[in-house]
Amino acid sequence: MADATAIPGPRGLPRWAGWGLVLLPCAALWLWGAPAAPWAFDWPKGWTIPAARWITAFTRWLLNDATFGLFTFQELTRFVAGVIDAPYRIVLSLLSTGFLRGEGSTAVEITPPLSWVAVIVSFALLGLWAGGRGLALLVAACFLFIAVFGQWQSAMVTLASILVAVPLGVAGGMALGVLAWRHLWFSRAIRPVLDLMQTIPVFAYLVPILFLFGFGPTAAVVATLIYAMPPMTRVTELALHRVPPELSDLGRMVGCTRRQMLWRVMVPSAREALMVGVNQVIMLSLNMVIIASMIGAGGLGFDVLAALRRLDFGAGLEAGFAIVALAVALDRLSQAVAVRGRGAPLRGGPLARHPYLVASLVTIAAAAAIGFVIPWVQSYPQAWQLSTGTFWSRVVEWINVNFFDTLEAVKNFFLLNLLVPFKRFLAGLPWLGVAALLAFAGWRSGGWRLGLLIAALVTLIAATGQWEKAMITVYLCGISVAIAMLIGLPIGVLAANSDRLWSWVRVIIDTLQTLPSFVYLMPAVMLFRVGDFTAMIAIVAFAVAPAIRYTVLGLKGVDPRLIEAGRAMGCSEAQILTRIRLKLALPEILLGLNQTIMFALSMLVITALVGTRDLGQEVYIALTKADPGRGLVAGLAVAFIAIVADRLIHAGAQAARGRLGLGGSST
Amino acid sequence: MTESPAAVRGAVGASADKITLECRGVWKLFGARAGEVLRSLGSGATVEAIAAAGLVPAVRDVSLSVRQGEIFVIMGLSGSGKSTLVRLMSRLIEPTAGEILFNGQNLLAASDREMVEIRRHRMGMVFQHFALLPHLTVLGNVAFPLEVQGVARAAREERARQMIALVGLGGREDAYPRQLSGGQQQRVGIARSLAVEPELWFLDEPFSALDPLIRREMQDEFIRLQSVLRKTIVFITHDFDEAIRLADRIAIMKDGAIVQQGTPEELVMNPATDYVREFTQAVPKAKVVRADSVMVAAEGEAAGTVAARTVIADAARLFLGGAAVVAVTDAAGRVIGHLRRDDVTRLLMGG
Repeated sequence: MADATAIPGPRGLPRWAGWGLVLLPCAALWLWGAPAAPWAFDWPKGWTIPAARWITAFTRWLLNDATFGLFTFQELTRFVAGVIDAPYRIVLSLLSTGFLRGEGSTAVEITPPLSWVAVIVSFALLGLWAGGRGLALLVAACFLFIAVFGQWQSAMVTLASILVAVPLGVAGGMALGVLAWRHLWFSRAIRPVLDLMQTIPVFAYLVPILFLFGFGPTAAVVATLIYAMPPMTRVTELALHRVPPELSDLGRMVGCTRRQMLWRVMVPSAREALMVGVNQVIMLSLNMVIIASMIGAGGLGFDVLAALRRLDFGAGLEAGFAIVALAVALDRLSQAVAVRGRGAPLRGGPLARHPYLVASLVTIAAAAAIGFVIPWVQSYPQAWQLSTGTFWSRVVEWINVNFFDTLEAVKNFFLLNLLVPFKRFLAGLPWLGVAALLAFAGWRSGGWRLGLLIAALVTLIAATGQWEKAMITVYLCGISVAIAMLIGLPIGVLAANSDRLWSWVRVIIDTLQTLPSFVYLMPAVMLFRVGDFTAMIAIVAFAVAPAIRYTVLGLKGVDPRLIEAGRAMGCSEAQILTRIRLKLALPEILLGLNQTIMFALSMLVITALVGTRDLGQEVYIALTKADPGRGLVAGLAVAFIAIVADRLIHAGAQAARGRLGLGGSST
Repeated sequence: MTESPAAVRGAVGASADKITLECRGVWKLFGARAGEVLRSLGSGATVEAIAAAGLVPAVRDVSLSVRQGEIFVIMGLSGSGKSTLVRLMSRLIEPTAGEILFNGQNLLAASDREMVEIRRHRMGMVFQHFALLPHLTVLGNVAFPLEVQGVARAAREERARQMIALVGLGGREDAYPRQLSGGQQQRVGIARSLAVEPELWFLDEPFSALDPLIRREMQDEFIRLQSVLRKTIVFITHDFDEAIRLADRIAIMKDGAIVQQGTPEELVMNPATDYVREFTQAVPKAKVVRADSVMVAAEGEAAGTVAARTVIADAARLFLGGAAVVAVTDAAGRVIGHLRRDDVTRLLMGG
């Protein structure tokens, strides 16, 4: 990466002089340029690149006419669908529907699905094997929670799609990662694709996927795979590169073939790091649960979505918490498997060597047999279910009845004094001036390449006719990020000082992050109804977690010797905080800001449900109209905004690191 | 102390003329188009010229030969190119120029498949940081080279158990590497490298990562093993005392080139450069110099005999009774010269 400190300012002038030189013409253009150069404000219609139309036409062509000689594109998508569909059917039958003969209402059940008792016991046994009694209890409690709150059926549907998506995602991600590890050119080629896959909002590719695979669980799994695979690829490549060179030397010295080298030496040695990737795939797959339900995945995601549409806060919250319970169980299980210490290998026959597997199979068989006689063993009886849904709905109702005027006043205050003026200001900016300013900032912090990249991306947003919507996006995200940072920084500072507070805060932000983002929307909608303010609240709630987390990490990471030195020099606590700790934690805090922006952008499309007018809305409309071009172009515009913000902040963090002499590349 | 290294050396001396591994003019430069640059520089390939071309000279024009059954130690400080050299010898790294002959066969001409066969059956290597596979037990690690070759489970595990017993780890077969101490881990590494019965045994700083006391213990263990196994050994170290203690012959490397090679005795008695002298200064000469190096022509009576390859520090014992002269005998027991009390005293005094 370019060394930021190496870029000199114009000779003989202070560094800010360059800024002045760029700012003045931009300000002049903004204030007086409108009559002289209207094209600098609104991209002329005639120049617009019809990218949306091209992409739509291209997808149509792919679907109808494209052929690779031996097979057509459509046959390829059908093949992929088949590969996903077959295991999905089996797992779904096992967990949820049972194996059926025949179709629809005439179907006859051959075998029932696994009983809830068997599923809980099996997962608890897995926990016992991987992490001991504590983990087994936690996992059992999570699943029991799901059963008690009546979410079992939906949860099993969700679990089925996760159980299919995760192995496919892990295998695919690993295959790509191994290729990238073996061939530098492949690694170089795939890196920008991975960047894009992670920054493009999921909704943008939901549309093309819907187009290619049709509505249904298969399309949902494909979308989940695209979303969850990139980190696995990155982790695999990194983990394989981090295997000590001595181990690969060993592999070659004992005469391993290429395959033996990979599977006997490299992969086992990188196992712990790879399991981190598996964990990521699981968590990201769970993140996708609700979004995937928009294109046909059933289960918990669908329940949340349906509850949101009914504005049934309580039901949505319960389904949302069921997703969290599933996430907690799977997260802890995969983490425990990663660090599992090994005892001496068990000896004896296959029965004695796999006691947990055997116990699980016995439980499944026994539960199935007993289930024929005693129905409550087979499926959790409705009479034992609890629901807090109505309670939560009542709470919201009560608040609305009693505090309506206060809430409304707060909302209007923010709207009139903050949101609307800022929106007007941004909407009035000329795209040319913004592009020039951002490009200059890029050049200053990361060299001419970064400057050019940013100029190109900003111009492209304007050129595809999305400038206005992009500015609304920036306005909504910008305000939300600012508020999230304003809340997150002080909390982070407090939490960094007290381990006890931090342990509490951590639990809360972990939950905030695993809770499906839709859940934030519901109370906000209940209290403030639809609109920008509601969207802002939801985004802030979702994006505050990284702001806190990175602040704490940064402050805790400050070398204690420097703090001691400050204290020895007689600094007050306040001085130590502002002069030493915050200054040294700046790179980390900047990365936190970066993450906050990414989180905010990823919430955009979801907030489109409450009637914002930004790029998210554009994607959402494209989804309902099944217009792949429109959705993808708007999605790419969001990705461009994300890339510009990401690169600028990264370069800034890098420069800050350089100045502080902390060295090392950013994470 | 276990059996003295000198005794081991004396015993293998007879077969020491057959050359197992030979390097001829071996170069390794790191960087783009290293081969072209080296050819264009020709005889003017100095460190400066290579660096000016943007390359890193790791090994420069190394020629050496390792005789069958000897312990050949390559000694150098970090960055001297010794680890690169040992990887060139096993062709884990491709040399930029030069020839490497293994029992007369040019390794650089060998196909990948032939190299795999040679490494599988005829070479073994011990690594500085042990390079144990974390997911396998001690037994699994030691059996790993055999598993790779496709040896049946029963056969490879039996062989592995023998090797584990040989290095004194019997009973720990089911432990995982992380449960072992550093010294134990390296015993596993040694057992693993011996499992295929290699002709040529590379040890890349095998004891450098261990505490001094354990290191000493492992050196003794190594000497014991070699007295049983009689392998041809290339041993890499940065510790000159270790080199002196173990070596039949030593090559000292600096900046990728060999500064001097010879027996410990030759290095100590006649250091070729100031660089070598810095290492040898602190070595007590009496512990390195052998009887046949300081003996004079046999003349008159002698009290007792001493083997030609005995170091002076050990031979000194014979003079305790007041003898002035001791006879020096070769392997066949013939007297080949006399060792005088004055010479021994001078060496013992550090002269």
